Amino acid sequence: MNIPDDLLYTQDHEWGRIEDGTLRVGITDYAATELGDIVFVEFVEKGSHVAKGEAFGTIESVKAVSEVYAPASGTVTQINEPLADTPELLNQDCYGDAWMVVIEMDDPSEVKDLMDAPAYEEFLAQEAK
Amino acid sequence: MAYLSHTKDTLAAMLSTIGIDDPEDIFSSLPQELRFSGRLDIPGPLDEESLRREFTCEPSRVVFAGGGIYRHHIPALVDAIASRQEFLTAYTPYQPEISQGTLQAIFEFQSMMAALTGMDVSNASMYDGATALAEAALMASRMKGIRRILVTRSTHPTYRSVLKTYLAHSPQVEVVEVPFEIATGRTDLKSFEGMVGPDAAVFVQQPNYFGVIEPMEKLARIASRAGFRGIIVTEAISLGVLKSPGSFGPDIVLGDAQSFGNPPAAGGPLLGFLCVKREHIRRIPGRIVGLTRDADERQAFCLTLATREQHIRREKATSNICTNQGLCALRAALYLSAMGPQGLRQVASQCAAGTRYLMRLLGEKGVSPYFNAPVFHEFVIRMDDARRSALEESGIIPGIPISSHYPELEDALLVNVTEMNTKEDCRCLIERL
Amino acid sequence: MSDRATITRFPEIREPLLRARSAAGKNTRPCPAPFDAADPADLDIAEKLPDIPDVSEVETVRHFTRLSRLNYGIDHGMYPLGSCTMKYNPKISEELARRFQAVHPADTRAMNTVLGYCALLQGYLREICGMDACCLWPAAGAHGELTGMMTIKKAVERSGGARTKVLIPDTAHGTNPASCTIAGFTTENIPSGKQGYLSASTLREHLDGHVAALMITNPNTLGIFEREIQEIARLLHDNGSYLYMDGANLNAILGIARPGDMGVDCMHINLHKTFGTPHGGGGPGSGPVLVTKELERFLPSPVIVCDDSGNHSLNWDRPDSIGMVHSCLGNVNVLIRALVYLLSLGGEGLREVSLRAGLNANYLKSRLSRCFDLPLDTPTLHEFVLSDRYQKEHGVTTMDMAKALMEFGFHPPTVYFPLVVPGAIMVEPTETESLEELDRFAQAMETIAAMSRENPQTLHETPQACPVKRVDEVWAARNLVLTWGAGESNEEDPVSK
Repeated sequence: MNIPDDLLYTQDHEWGRIEDGTLRVGITDYAATELGDIVFVEFVEKGSHVAKGEAFGTIESVKAVSEVYAPASGTVTQINEPLADTPELLNQDCYGDAWMVVIEMDDPSEVKDLMDAPAYEEFLAQEAK
Repeated sequence: MAYLSHTKDTLAAMLSTIGIDDPEDIFSSLPQELRFSGRLDIPGPLDEESLRREFTCEPSRVVFAGGGIYRHHIPALVDAIASRQEFLTAYTPYQPEISQGTLQAIFEFQSMMAALTGMDVSNASMYDGATALAEAALMASRMKGIRRILVTRSTHPTYRSVLKTYLAHSPQVEVVEVPFEIATGRTDLKSFEGMVGPDAAVFVQQPNYFGVIEPMEKLARIASRAGFRGIIVTEAISLGVLKSPGSFGPDIVLGDAQSFGNPPAAGGPLLGFLCVKREHIRRIPGRIVGLTRDADERQAFCLTLATREQHIRREKATSNICTNQGLCALRAALYLSAMGPQGLRQVASQCAAGTRYLMRLLGEKGVSPYFNAPVFHEFVIRMDDARRSALEESGIIPGIPISSHYPELEDALLVNVTEMNTKEDCRCLIERL
Repeated sequence: MSDRATITRFPEIREPLLRARSAAGKNTRPCPAPFDAADPADLDIAEKLPDIPDVSEVETVRHFTRLSRLNYGIDHGMYPLGSCTMKYNPKISEELARRFQAVHPADTRAMNTVLGYCALLQGYLREICGMDACCLWPAAGAHGELTGMMTIKKAVERSGGARTKVLIPDTAHGTNPASCTIAGFTTENIPSGKQGYLSASTLREHLDGHVAALMITNPNTLGIFEREIQEIARLLHDNGSYLYMDGANLNAILGIARPGDMGVDCMHINLHKTFGTPHGGGGPGSGPVLVTKELERFLPSPVIVCDDSGNHSLNWDRPDSIGMVHSCLGNVNVLIRALVYLLSLGGEGLREVSLRAGLNANYLKSRLSRCFDLPLDTPTLHEFVLSDRYQKEHGVTTMDMAKALMEFGFHPPTVYFPLVVPGAIMVEPTETESLEELDRFAQAMETIAAMSRENPQTLHETPQACPVKRVDEVWAARNLVLTWGAGESNEEDPVSK
């Protein structure tokens, strides 16, 4: 299971990368693998405000639907538009080209609640039990 | 006992494998006080000959009734193929590898319905036209900004009833009816214009319940200000001759396609259909078949977009529909294939011609239609209950009384002529007037 | 697996889309033309003919006959879909239903006869369920659920209560929560517990003044009878809530136990399951709703009434009704089939149906639990649920086994449902299977279990001997080719292959 060191993680299997007060968000390798072949993604409109823990989008495989939740509160300033036409990228490069949105955080200190890589790895190990 | 096959010996063998002495022991987990100690009071078992004697029904000889359920010619091949057990006794095609027959037939049904309505995609069927309308309105009601469902009062009365039943529990939207002109039976354009707005989803039936052709171009122009536009078709045969509903730019075209190869059958099964613009595909209710490939990269079909549906999305599904009208959709595909483009046009033309023939005969007798606007194959006349009952006694059903739905139309009778009627039928009716 | 004897051999057929055979002028069918033909001059006529295939009658018949041969039906063999009750569909029901095809619902004389049959059926269904009133119009099981829940909603509103919540056990069909949503309720999942049935004490924890009803399937989708149902009903009624029963599994208890005696207030049944009407590749079905005296006035309009001289008609004057739920009278033709079925068996025969359904299921369970994991050992009636736990150790999943079963000539059981059992395999043989057929199925399952240990790779590649190999549902979802006009610009369109 690929868990990059430089990212922060949620218990809902999203990752976040801090970039100058903004947070780039995607789903983890674990989430993509669990869902299987992803066939559809849909996000809130650009400019929407999302609260921490609130859904900012939906991803679907053939037989499952999953919501994706904001790791921190803020305004969605960028959306990865090409992902709509190539949802399979999520299964191929979930930490790279298949990022989902960029959130301009209301309160950058909110990220302190997120897990670092070792903590997320430990969390996954606990989940498996 | 019919349909069962165990002998004394096989029963004994099975009981011993299970490890019980008596089949009744299987029910030992039921609380004793819940065990039904009586005998179900249902006659039988009856043998097949007794059953044949028990079930008979003699339809009236001459029928001029339509009103959303129509009598049309059904090619013999429709029954012959639709009765094949491979189609008749199969389950919903969840296992595509052994359901390609059903899946491809439904894909072809979807393709033909999309072509006939002039829309991008069709689902695999709904229960009937009324629930198709209700589900379309529910779909619209979940869209941003929609607060009102406008439906023309010239839409089928039971469709409007079902719509209200379904929407009774969606407090965020209100159902509003658009009046019709008493002289023409057409939707009142002025009222319509005053009611349409971006917060409204509008639904117009064409041809309308009175058989009258609505001024679609004008209605469409006004409806362009609406948030969502739907056209209702209760007589699918009209798709064979009128301009396609899709050409007026709606978001959805829905209704009933019973006329395509399905008999009136005392009122059901009917065949609801629902076709939309591609942008709405993830919002629609019901099953959809998609084309795909198998492990050898060869053509195959399967159910798709299942994540909209109840078995995956449960309480957040676009609809609760599960079993639909699969066999009726197959019959429609068979019907359209058997009739072909010329045949479908000819049936539609015959219906229109027969209607005009009967209208002329009635006119000669001094009976004029209620409305002075062009119709497809139904029209409204005045006839009191006494005369109608007398005709019915003599085996002629002259039409459907509709005044209970439209109190402003006194003694109104909705008359329908199809290619199943003859000139003789028409004369027969006229003579007894 | 081609060396294995298969019961059903599918033909080697690849049938192109009908449109591929179309050419202008091929269809020469004479249509009825009783009137002098002319396109009506007063209408705005489409310039082009409808865009549907132009093929000959022979081509149509062969096309659809070939398609039919790619399907598996109940006359091919056993169809052990759990909670779907795929039993044999009697031919006499088909023959007699056809006698009603020409009746238009406005034909009052003929409809008097038809409504008479409907009234009879209502009476028999009430007798079977021990309920007071019946509405035949819902066109399918989910339609019945919705009708039933709207009936309860109306009753709740009438009593002035603000009850908005429906409790649903985690073993329920997806239609249950979906129907509740349309009827204006929110839903709450409640766990059915380790024994596989809902305990009264669990229910008690979830009861409050907001609960309008509990929606329960009995026996549930694990095949287990809800043995605390009476206490559950008492708790609900004391709380001012209703008990709704999903009758999907009624085939288990005909003449054995009656929902009305359990305290059920409202329920639906699936005629296309319990009473042997054909499923038609996905309908038409029929989902009558039954209620207690208290709820009767809320049932949909119209209702059938019978006058002193035995004439049947419809009454629409019902101020408390939820309204209409169907364009006309539901799937009347399916109702006739169900009535024929009931009379062909009679009261005693129906009881025998449930006895044999339980016997067949328990026989298979005894045999199959030797090589498959049986996650619950609670007694079951007409169906049971296995899991792929043992086979998964060899990398073989429920999906692999389902696909492999097709090679042995069987339709697979219901898979991955109920959701409470991971890798669920839900088997319902029904009463109409002979011991020989049950044994063949058991042998097929045992062979698959052995293969999962010895040669798991073969199972991943199944099916090989079906009309198509494993179908790519991901491709379908990503490309969304939904009509024959839509795929033309797509180079990958397999039509061209």
